[in-house]
Amino acid sequence: MVDKIGIDRELDCLGLYCPEPVFRTRQELDKLAVGQVLKVIADDPAAEEDIKRLVKRLGHQILQLRKERDHFQFFIKKIR
Amino acid sequence: MSEKKKKLAIIVHSGTLDRLFCVFTLGSTATAMDMETHLYFTFWGLSMLVKGAMEKAGLPATYKHMEEQLKKKLKEMKYPTPYEMLKRMKASGLLKIYACSPTMEMFGIKKEDLIPEVDKIAGAAAFLDLASDADITLLV
Repeated sequence: MVDKIGIDRELDCLGLYCPEPVFRTRQELDKLAVGQVLKVIADDPAAEEDIKRLVKRLGHQILQLRKERDHFQFFIKKIR
Repeated sequence: MSEKKKKLAIIVHSGTLDRLFCVFTLGSTATAMDMETHLYFTFWGLSMLVKGAMEKAGLPATYKHMEEQLKKKLKEMKYPTPYEMLKRMKASGLLKIYACSPTMEMFGIKKEDLIPEVDKIAGAAAFLDLASDADITLLV
């Protein structure tokens, strides 16, 4: 069962490689207000670890990481 | 309350495309992760700060035969160029670029020849001072 998470913005990083998913995720997070949620879709195998570390470093929160067959979906809540 | 930011300092010695990608991939990621990024360009790296030079950067002689193929692939991957990355990093407010003054004299490069994103012309003391309290220091 997949939980429904309300999202405020969505970023498509399919086909993009490091550092693009991380850099673009940061740019999108800067556009959010505290408490809003960003969904990021990425298929760079490095994105799983990289985006987790980016979010932790920036002090935000990954509400959910969905691992689909050929891509990841991150739901990131802006905390500060 | 402002937190002290982590600091990355890189001496950019090389002027070849492969190494510039190392510098700007790490640098882009550092600014995205809220780290201050200080790039000190010297020798062949410095020559890449001359207006128009970075766009012409290629591979070193050993790998020259792969240059065209690599550039084509990078385009397919929608990978930004080193100079595009530099400009994006600059927009973050976390990037400082230093140009090595003796190298400028050696190569006959004037301040007005450099790209506008250069913050300061500086020497070894400036780099050592900022590197001495950097969290990560690299030579590329």
